[in-house]
Amino acid sequence: MLIRKTHLSGENIPSSQITPLEAFHSATTDRRAFLARAGVLAAGSAAASMLPRRAFGMEPLKTVSGQFSTTEAQTPIVRATTYNNFYEFGVPKDQPAKNAHTLKTRPWTVQVTGMVKKPQTINIDDLINYRPVESRVYRHRCVEAWSMVIPWDGYSLSEFINFCEPLPSAKYVAFISLYDRKQMPEAPDDYNWPYHEGLRMDEAMHPLTLLTFGAYGQTLANQNGAPARIVLPWKWGYKSAKSIVKFHFTDKQPSTLWNEANSNEYGFYSNVNPKRGVRYSQERERRIDSGFPHEIPTQMFNGYGDQVASLYSGMDLMKNY
Amino acid sequence: MPNRLVPYIKALVHLLCLAPFFVELNRFRTGAFDLEADPVASITHFTGDWALWLLLVSLVVTPLRRLHPSLSNLIRFRRMLGLYAFFYASLHLLVYVLLFSGYDIQMAWDSLKHGQVAKLWSLWLTVWPGVVDDLTKRRFIQVGLFAWVILLALAVTSPNFMLRKLGGKNWQRLHRLVYVAAIAGCIHYWWLVKVGVKAPMKDTIALTLLLLARIGWTILKQRREPIPNASKAAQPAEA
Repeated sequence: MLIRKTHLSGENIPSSQITPLEAFHSATTDRRAFLARAGVLAAGSAAASMLPRRAFGMEPLKTVSGQFSTTEAQTPIVRATTYNNFYEFGVPKDQPAKNAHTLKTRPWTVQVTGMVKKPQTINIDDLINYRPVESRVYRHRCVEAWSMVIPWDGYSLSEFINFCEPLPSAKYVAFISLYDRKQMPEAPDDYNWPYHEGLRMDEAMHPLTLLTFGAYGQTLANQNGAPARIVLPWKWGYKSAKSIVKFHFTDKQPSTLWNEANSNEYGFYSNVNPKRGVRYSQERERRIDSGFPHEIPTQMFNGYGDQVASLYSGMDLMKNY
Repeated sequence: MPNRLVPYIKALVHLLCLAPFFVELNRFRTGAFDLEADPVASITHFTGDWALWLLLVSLVVTPLRRLHPSLSNLIRFRRMLGLYAFFYASLHLLVYVLLFSGYDIQMAWDSLKHGQVAKLWSLWLTVWPGVVDDLTKRRFIQVGLFAWVILLALAVTSPNFMLRKLGGKNWQRLHRLVYVAAIAGCIHYWWLVKVGVKAPMKDTIALTLLLLARIGWTILKQRREPIPNASKAAQPAEA
């Protein structure tokens, strides 16, 4: 019988050292409840630093300080890792944190296909180590009208795209996420899996577009899209595809999963736009930080207009939503 | 059910119907909400769920009574169940008005503590245009409010003296609107969720079964007691 043993760090932790989720929750619950009563739970950073390191299999990640960071109050890590939309692991927002432990993030490879000089398959650890990982604090606006402020760790996707050497004919890049029924038994049947998203090449090359491997100075929790995802702070959250296994370069606008599910509501561009609410208003958002969520006005391009508005000059963004 | 037990069971039903409210209140008091990422969303779903569930429970009463004569005094619980559904629906509406509209509840609370009651109104005026915008544009809000207005009308006309004032027939006609409210409640839920999300399915199936039970009963009753004129009219055709 062959027992495969891997040398990648993620699988070498004895299961006895991993804090079970329930224990993690009860520990943080008791502590936070106590602190709340004592009236000292004021800063989100304080709450984040008190959390155990090993929760959800996250590992410390070496990072350098990056640009574009906001100084707004950050969302505590416990909220960012327990309130997620990752439908492959269940639809209710508490489900991904409970179910995503089935996601195997090693071994993991990323395919580069389509209009590139040389199609290739890349090991995830090579991808992570390709460039220094920067810490960037971005606003994250969900189309469900809540928002978070998250310190992501990654480097600009443009660096990786340059490495891929797309042909001049490539006008778009599509992101394909992992879909494995065995690891994702909770995925509802009603969507066209695997999750697929895409960007116009100039959007993908924009320095804000972050190829992300971690958050809060640690590797991504599975429910946050480990081991690699995209983060697009000026677009509705669903554009930021998680657990990516393939980058496909093409000359045609890629079809996207939510656009296929409901084209009137979810367009290809999906830029944050407070003036375009379909089922409900998008003019405000509930900011989820360390306090009781409060309503704040939503900004065009989620406040990144100075950086990205020029990408869309001359376009009617009510039509090209 | 023995009649002498009814007051005790009523007390129990009161407790059961209030329990969700006090569980939620306790979560607020102990700071359990601080742990939740999005308590506003969870309070909204909680109150909306209980409004719809209690409305469905109130619709169980009639089919259940018809099963056996000894269950006929279940009717004495129907009004209170309906009123509790209205109670949770009103909380649900209040959450929308106070927490979703952008109403600055912290500032409202602070001004209230300083005795500046007028400030509450001026704060409301700043969010009012957004609420009007929702009411004119958002169909799920329209249908939800429509259901609440029906429940309001039924709650107002629920006391015995209102029944006497309206007369039994009119009162019954009005209170059949509860079916419309329950259907509107389910539609409200479906129009809220994203395409492909099946969360409202259980409630919808329950409502469908409850409505089918009534249709089935009506058909059965007509078969058992054929209308005399109708049977006479049928005879010549046979001949």
